[in-house]
Amino acid sequence: MATEAQGEAGGLAIHPMDQFIVKPLLGDGPVGMFTITNVTLWLFLAILAVVGLMVIGTSRRAIIPSRSQSVAEMAYGFIYKMVEDVAGKDGLKFFPYIMTLFLFIVFANFLGLIPMSFTTTSHIAVTAVLAALVFLTVTILGFVKNGASFLGLFWVSSAPLALRPILAIIELISYFVRPVSHSIRLAGNVMAGHAVIKVFAGFAAVAWVAPASILAISAVYALEVLVAFIQAYVFTILTCVYLKDALHPHH
Amino acid sequence: MEGDIAQMGQFIGAGLAAIGSGAAAIGVGHVAGNFLAGALRNPSAAAAQTATLFIGIAFAEALGIFSFLVALLLMFAV
Amino acid sequence: MATETKGAEAAESAVGMPQLDFATFPNQIFWLLVTLVVIYFILSRVALPRIAAVLAERQGTITNDLAAAEELKKKAEEAEEAYNQALADARAEAHRIVGEAKAEMQAELDAATAKADAEISAKAAESEKAIGEIRAGAMDAIKDVAREAAAEIVSTLGLKADQKAIDKAVTAKLKG
Repeated sequence: MATEAQGEAGGLAIHPMDQFIVKPLLGDGPVGMFTITNVTLWLFLAILAVVGLMVIGTSRRAIIPSRSQSVAEMAYGFIYKMVEDVAGKDGLKFFPYIMTLFLFIVFANFLGLIPMSFTTTSHIAVTAVLAALVFLTVTILGFVKNGASFLGLFWVSSAPLALRPILAIIELISYFVRPVSHSIRLAGNVMAGHAVIKVFAGFAAVAWVAPASILAISAVYALEVLVAFIQAYVFTILTCVYLKDALHPHH
Repeated sequence: MEGDIAQMGQFIGAGLAAIGSGAAAIGVGHVAGNFLAGALRNPSAAAAQTATLFIGIAFAEALGIFSFLVALLLMFAV
Repeated sequence: MATETKGAEAAESAVGMPQLDFATFPNQIFWLLVTLVVIYFILSRVALPRIAAVLAERQGTITNDLAAAEELKKKAEEAEEAYNQALADARAEAHRIVGEAKAEMQAELDAATAKADAEISAKAAESEKAIGEIRAGAMDAIKDVAREAAAEIVSTLGLKADQKAIDKAVTAKLKG
């Protein structure tokens, strides 16, 4: 319906959401659970990128690092310091896990910026799984480490007694909204940027708008490069913050 | 005819929801501006608070993304 | 409308949001989990230990190099100290030698001066003596001349000169 409406409205064939369609890589047919789709391809490329940077890039183990090795070391130091600063020393056990999330999101975001590519992180299914993994890990870890006293996270002992039940409800709601906002923030940002680029690309079909359109695409693209990194950073640092709550629930 | 009115409602709703994105932009600007004001007063403490800045921006932005999502849902999914 | 988009139909064109096409969810979730597990194992088994080792090694190298540099610096300082010491010694030695030479020369000079003084005074004494003799000779001669002249004068005046009285008078006159 929406496509029809757009087609009628401006005579332009703008399909900003077409780029997000999941389809089988070989031939047509239904998308089953194990079908090799464009999602599979771009996830695989993300793995390749991670391997290229973190394994092949560091394969020389040089004391004086090459360019790729120093990028890998910079990423390592960046996340290591973030985990240490935000989640504390005992959060470092989860460093590989957080590093996995960060590298995956960064590479998925940047691979998605390649024209004609498929952006895996623009799908709520993907980001929801990432956020749900974090949520489950943090919740289970909180209860395993602190037992029932983990519930103290919701019982704000510094507030007046009368307010505490209300605050507890608010805290509880905000706790369960966490994975929702965590996942939708990433998917929404990436999706919005890509859709906007596509919309401007659609306008480029009109000759006299085309230069402005191309200029706008370049500007949005630059913003998207920034967003691709910042969203990965934000996702990672929020994971660290939630991890800190699980490890040290009493602020 | 009936379908056209429903469609119109959808698009109006999507446009209204998109206002929320602008509101979130105000919020993000507020966070960043206040951070800058504080950072200029006490530059030595600023570096340690960058993480907090990004968390604040992320929270402010998330709500804008929600309204954007509502707009998208109205446009494409309802 | 969303119900229409489900299934294979969605693959043709994006009617509605592909993100809400629940038919593709199992596929995406499955492959995502595979990806995450693969990345996790690559990172935790290969990449992260390697980078940690490299960073630790570099830290160690830097620490060693710094220690070595510190040691070299200390050595350089010691060498400088030794050099300064040697310089100071040499300067003191030179001072001593100069002092000695000066003292020696002074002594020689003093000796020569003393010798010269002694010679001069000996010569002066000799001259003094010679002068004394000459003067004494002259005095005697004057006395004789005076005596003879006195005797002559006295005899000329017709008097009988007493030789002794004349001598006495001349001597008294000459003394006075």
